[in-house]
Amino acid sequence: MILDGKVPGGPLETQWERHKASLGLVSPANRRKYTVIVVGTGLAGASAAASLGELGYNVLNLTILDSPRRSHSIAAQGGINAAKNYKNDGDSIYRLFYDTIKGGDYRARESNVYRLAEVSVDIIDHCVAQGVPFAREYGGLLSNRSFGGAQVSRTFYARGQTGQQLLLGAYGALMRQVDSGQVKMLPRREMLDLVLVDGQTRGIIARNLVTGALERYAADAVLLCTGGYGNVYFLSTNAGNCNVTAAWRCAKRGALMANPSFVQIHPTCIPESGEYQAKLTLMSESLRNDGRVWVPKQPGDKRAPKDIPESERDYFLERRYPSYGNLVPRDVASRNVKMVCDEGRGVGTTGRAVYLDFADAIKRLGRDTIVERYGNLFEMYERITAENPYENAMRIYPAIHYTMGGLWVDYNLMSNIPGLHVLGEANFSDHGANRLGASALMQGLADGYFVIPYTLAHYLAGAQLNPVTTDHDGFKEAEAAVRERIHTLLSIRGSKTVLDFHRELGKVMWDQVGMARNEAGLTDALHRVRTLRDEYWQNVKIVGRDDDVNKSLEFGLRLADYLEFAEMLIIDALHRKESCGCHLREESQTEDGEAKRNDADFAYVAAWEFTGVGKQPELHREPLRFDFVEVKQRSYK
Amino acid sequence: MHNMTLKLRVWRQPGSDAPGKLVDYAATNISPDMSFLEMLDVLNEELTRRGEDPIAFDYDCREGICGSCGLVINGVPHGPKPATTTCQLFMRHFKDGDTVTIEPWRARAFPVIKDLIVDRGAFDRIIAAGGYVSVDTGSAPEANQIPIGKDVAERAMDAAACIGCGACVAACKNASAVLFVGAKLAHLALLPQGQIERERRVIRMFEQMEREGFGACSNEAECQAVCPKEISTKHISLLNREYLRSLLKNL
Repeated sequence: MILDGKVPGGPLETQWERHKASLGLVSPANRRKYTVIVVGTGLAGASAAASLGELGYNVLNLTILDSPRRSHSIAAQGGINAAKNYKNDGDSIYRLFYDTIKGGDYRARESNVYRLAEVSVDIIDHCVAQGVPFAREYGGLLSNRSFGGAQVSRTFYARGQTGQQLLLGAYGALMRQVDSGQVKMLPRREMLDLVLVDGQTRGIIARNLVTGALERYAADAVLLCTGGYGNVYFLSTNAGNCNVTAAWRCAKRGALMANPSFVQIHPTCIPESGEYQAKLTLMSESLRNDGRVWVPKQPGDKRAPKDIPESERDYFLERRYPSYGNLVPRDVASRNVKMVCDEGRGVGTTGRAVYLDFADAIKRLGRDTIVERYGNLFEMYERITAENPYENAMRIYPAIHYTMGGLWVDYNLMSNIPGLHVLGEANFSDHGANRLGASALMQGLADGYFVIPYTLAHYLAGAQLNPVTTDHDGFKEAEAAVRERIHTLLSIRGSKTVLDFHRELGKVMWDQVGMARNEAGLTDALHRVRTLRDEYWQNVKIVGRDDDVNKSLEFGLRLADYLEFAEMLIIDALHRKESCGCHLREESQTEDGEAKRNDADFAYVAAWEFTGVGKQPELHREPLRFDFVEVKQRSYK
Repeated sequence: MHNMTLKLRVWRQPGSDAPGKLVDYAATNISPDMSFLEMLDVLNEELTRRGEDPIAFDYDCREGICGSCGLVINGVPHGPKPATTTCQLFMRHFKDGDTVTIEPWRARAFPVIKDLIVDRGAFDRIIAAGGYVSVDTGSAPEANQIPIGKDVAERAMDAAACIGCGACVAACKNASAVLFVGAKLAHLALLPQGQIERERRVIRMFEQMEREGFGACSNEAECQAVCPKEISTKHISLLNREYLRSLLKNL
């Protein structure tokens, strides 16, 4: 099947305007007749639920956490991009669009990305009106900083807590709708299946994480805003509860999973310290504005960083990429860090780290400026490592951070299943094979505030939706299947814990499906994942009951899904025999070790249809056309 | 530093209506570079292998920003290190052989769900009563139309940095929520966008706070001492001023 993204066509600059004018509407009096389920309360979910509530739809909003204010968008540090051109430095909607398309290594849809750049300016207006305390200049106007992959300053920020402040803005808007009764909030609920009736999305099955009860919710449409699947690698910068389950359940019901192998590895994270480690902590990319990345020139140089003279240091990013320097995109930076560590020039006890050094910046700007810009990040670093980054260079290493892949959606953010819409990181739509910094917050809010209110109305206005209650067989069948899966898992009573298996899965994924991939490694990984999955269903040990708070069971169910999903991710990586963005196939590199794309054979979105556990999924292609940018080999030299 | 052995006394409570008690556990081979929650992960793995129910506790981001985690450690919410959430507390701050008592937040408005997990829904209901600017999507003016002084924005940000963890309530002998409420009121009262609803906001949030069963403030500032984001008690004074101002205006 050749997929149709339903892009509007015609001149890029007017596509969204023309599209909006052509969309169906639901009148204010009729909106109250519709119920919409929003799964997730991060930036995408909270902004969508709040906006739909304001419009008068009945919204059911679920979160697996105890409060919508805690969703993982809250941890985003650096900022949010917008094409305001406040700096008079040549920014424009086109420029943001171009940087994003190029940053994504020409594997995203032009129309979606242009729309994202276009509504970016409305996001800033809206968030300021909500009272988000963005950084300001002395004159009282909004401040900007620069970020990787761009030569203009377009990133708005609130200290190192931009995600927190944007999420609290959306959370406030959401709670206002809860207060008015337009949104019903369902905390501590985990979506475990999608319910289809006559081929349409009509509800979900969720587990109440306090009582263990399986609950049925019926609706006219479902919005999946459940984030990414980075935890398939076990260690990542994602929060502990981030998972693929809701998305994977939809995939098992027929939703296509697009480009699952496009996983971003963030260059500036605090290196791992031991086997017990539960997560990796990101240090914002904004640090690369003033921090200089280097390693000793000589392999095995064990001197303290301060004792290594300038002439014996290799500022490898500045050396290899003179025009972008330390601000090359994340994929390029991560790959180079891995390369110098592979050469034996890594630092720290494990040799899997490089220096991020602020000594020059402190000399140039003074310590006070550095405190103001990065104080909380420096504190965080010191808290974790017990080292003072004002005195000693930080040590950093890449870690899994963001997943560009996700459920396939068309221009209206609807999956191939009618009524199932997917927003934010959970969809695949805007970042291609690599996401630029400060663009995740932008996409989550664009989808929730400014896209879905229009496109969802169009779906509801045009769909023939017969009345459906939770007594329908579709709900009974889905609930029974979930119950069966829970009971099976609890009855295994094997000898290895969920965490044991998750660590093993993570190791295979990181070593063989991580920063550099090749045919032999991927093929072996596929075999290992299958073996591990078989073992999991025979030997996992989950204690406790299903009618109680049971975190082992929650994580056990999620890992069962990761073990199925990982296979699709690897198959996607195997099939894409080109390097692009974060996906580096060792077989496809230029002579000087840069990623080499193959546009003739792979300029398409790979959308996979689930055909059964352990079975080869079916590939559907959405060809990518580039009518408004010239497709080039990326260069940040 | 070498690995440590600690004696843990952990609050175990099967459910909200069941009685709880402190149970002793040994945490062995604890690395000083482990976080406090990783130490509990290691213990939970051991309990699971023995077939015992693991200790239930809330967590999510493990980088000190989501506000999910919160344990009372040796009587102090979030433990001994100032300006630090439980997840960012590292075992290097403990000594080999230490006894560590771990309990949930204790407050009437935060009932225990299981073991160390409490229900903080009361905070969401307080925010729902007015902790926002009522602006519908699509209706905002251009962002730079209203300049805001850098110092004002910085002060608003100081207040807005609250992570809603509830340590302030857990530290207070009256289980008062005035620091939490004061911080949100200050964030919005400082900014021009928050002016229109200023009076209505403080009255509604204050009344909701009282309905939830939080206690009154007796000015001992334990809330500020345990706050992982160092939210200042000056926000409590602001809350009182805002409340009075609102009452006077409505006379």
